[in-house]
Amino acid sequence: MDGNATLPALAVERLSVALSGRTILDHVGFSLAPGSFCGLIGANGSGKTTLLRSILGLVTPSGGTIRCAGGKPGQAIGYVPQKIQFDPFMPLRARDVVGLGLDGHRFGIPLPNAARRARVAAMLAAVDAERFADQRVGDLSGGQQQRVMIAHALIRAPKLLLLDEPLANLDLRSIAEVVGLLHRLTEKQGITVLLSAHDMNPLLPVMDQIVYLAHGRAVSGTVADVVRGGVLSQLYGYHIDVIRVHGRVLVVAAGGVEAQDGSLLCDPVHVAPIP
Amino acid sequence: MVLSDFLSVLAGFWQNGPVQVALAVGGGAALVSAVVGVFTVLRGQAFAGHALADVSSAGGSASLLLGLRPLVGFFAMAALAAGGMEALGARAVRERDLVTGIVLGAGLGLTALFLYFDMTSTATTGAAVSVMFGSMFALAPGTVTLALGVAALALAASAALYRPLLLIALDPDLATIRGVRVRAVGFAHVVVLAMAVSLSAMTIGAILSTALLIGPAACGLRLARRTGTAIAIAAGLGLLATWGGIFLAYDSFYWTPGHGWPVSFFVVAIIVGAYALTGLRGRAG
Ligand SMILES: Nc1ncnc2c1ncn2[C@@H]1O[C@H](COP(=O)(O)OP(=O)(O)OP(=O)(O)O)[C@@H](O)[C@H]1O
Ligand SMILES: [Mg+2]
Repeated sequence: MDGNATLPALAVERLSVALSGRTILDHVGFSLAPGSFCGLIGANGSGKTTLLRSILGLVTPSGGTIRCAGGKPGQAIGYVPQKIQFDPFMPLRARDVVGLGLDGHRFGIPLPNAARRARVAAMLAAVDAERFADQRVGDLSGGQQQRVMIAHALIRAPKLLLLDEPLANLDLRSIAEVVGLLHRLTEKQGITVLLSAHDMNPLLPVMDQIVYLAHGRAVSGTVADVVRGGVLSQLYGYHIDVIRVHGRVLVVAAGGVEAQDGSLLCDPVHVAPIP
Repeated sequence: MVLSDFLSVLAGFWQNGPVQVALAVGGGAALVSAVVGVFTVLRGQAFAGHALADVSSAGGSASLLLGLRPLVGFFAMAALAAGGMEALGARAVRERDLVTGIVLGAGLGLTALFLYFDMTSTATTGAAVSVMFGSMFALAPGTVTLALGVAALALAASAALYRPLLLIALDPDLATIRGVRVRAVGFAHVVVLAMAVSLSAMTIGAILSTALLIGPAACGLRLARRTGTAIAIAAGLGLLATWGGIFLAYDSFYWTPGHGWPVSFFVVAIIVGAYALTGLRGRAG
């Protein structure tokens, strides 16, 4: 099985998706090496969610191929959807949500089972969620809920983990914690991570690869290869400057306008005050 | 002596035939409504539950005309409505409310027709009250087996759907990628819901069955951190309200000379009281 090591964990070729007659993705192609950490970067509405849902088989593409090492999505791919809204009345502890990741698709009531309980506990420990494992999920903070959902996605030991904007609404500390956790997963367990975000900056220290989406098209490669004025100008179809300052990357469209808070509006990253 | 009065009432209560039937059928209805109610609230289908109950009243009133067992009529109509809602198939919540409202309107139109015929035929003059507000003490003894059979079937189906329903409530996409047939499970749940509301329509009445479906479940969801606990609290409260209501209604024959108070009133009063109390309390296990 040595040959498998060279097979990509995920290969997307000429993927096109149309929703309600509108082209959302247009000949998107990229492939991910096993164990790599990849950021899927694009502005709101650029098609990040659509791309992830296509990989999962939730959206039917109008063309192209998607190949995933290891077979069926539910088995080989873990998924953390964009902004899960936990009903405040949802009668589930963090522990129960993780348990549903293991056998939620089965019929019947889960019977008390020591092996199952141990597996859930180990997963909660792996995402550092033991402290709040017995609280109702609806009562947890955004960062805590995100870790619970990551545990839910990981408990069946998938090879590929897709996360849709898991860093949105998190404060800087929680962002660092979640990114660090995912980075450790790629390093220690060889899991391939594809994570969507509109801001690439928190991912810069850990990203092996970037897939940059704009106007339904994508470029991919290392950050150094892709996040360049020339490459992004070609993708957007108008002039883009990439500014590197204080270890942050700012992608600025020509003619960017002042926003009300005094920051420069650009696409897709707001120029945020440097913390 | 107040105590000896109470004990003699209690002795008569246990030995009374209609009371025994009411305790059995009402208990089954309460148990099923509580369990199904928890998932119904989680799925945001309280309105659909109420609509199915109202529509089932068309079946209940028709069964009186045709001489069928009321439970058969209630369930046939509720199941038909469930199928109708599924056929009109609406994904979005707003759309779903619309479809529910349309099916509800159509069903109540039929109820009006059948109840009118019921009332004009001398044999079934009390039909409107018994269909809408229940006839706990007028249940035919032969109904017990059928009602408890339907109750057992509904409980078994709810147990089977337990985990898939929770996973769907968490996120339908997550359920889909794990191979859950989200739509089929949803439809199966609506059929179980139709069984639950038919049982309670027959006992505490079509209109008040919503109280038995939603009230205990809402209390359980307020108090519990775990699904099992929420269901246990809902089931306990549903049984307490129904059995307590039956006892109070029986006892009320001694309060007001000549007539008692309706069971449904007491059942709903206990549920509303319990819901108000749960607002004051923290969470259980
Ligand atoms: N069901 C649909 N029918 C038609 N258009 C759709 C549908 N779903 C999404 N779209 C459109 O597809 C485009 C891409 O949407 P998508 O949700 O994939 O973007 P995104 O990059 O995930 O955005 P965000 O950062 O806001 O999550 C958007 O312009 C959206 O309006
Ligand atoms: Mg999105």
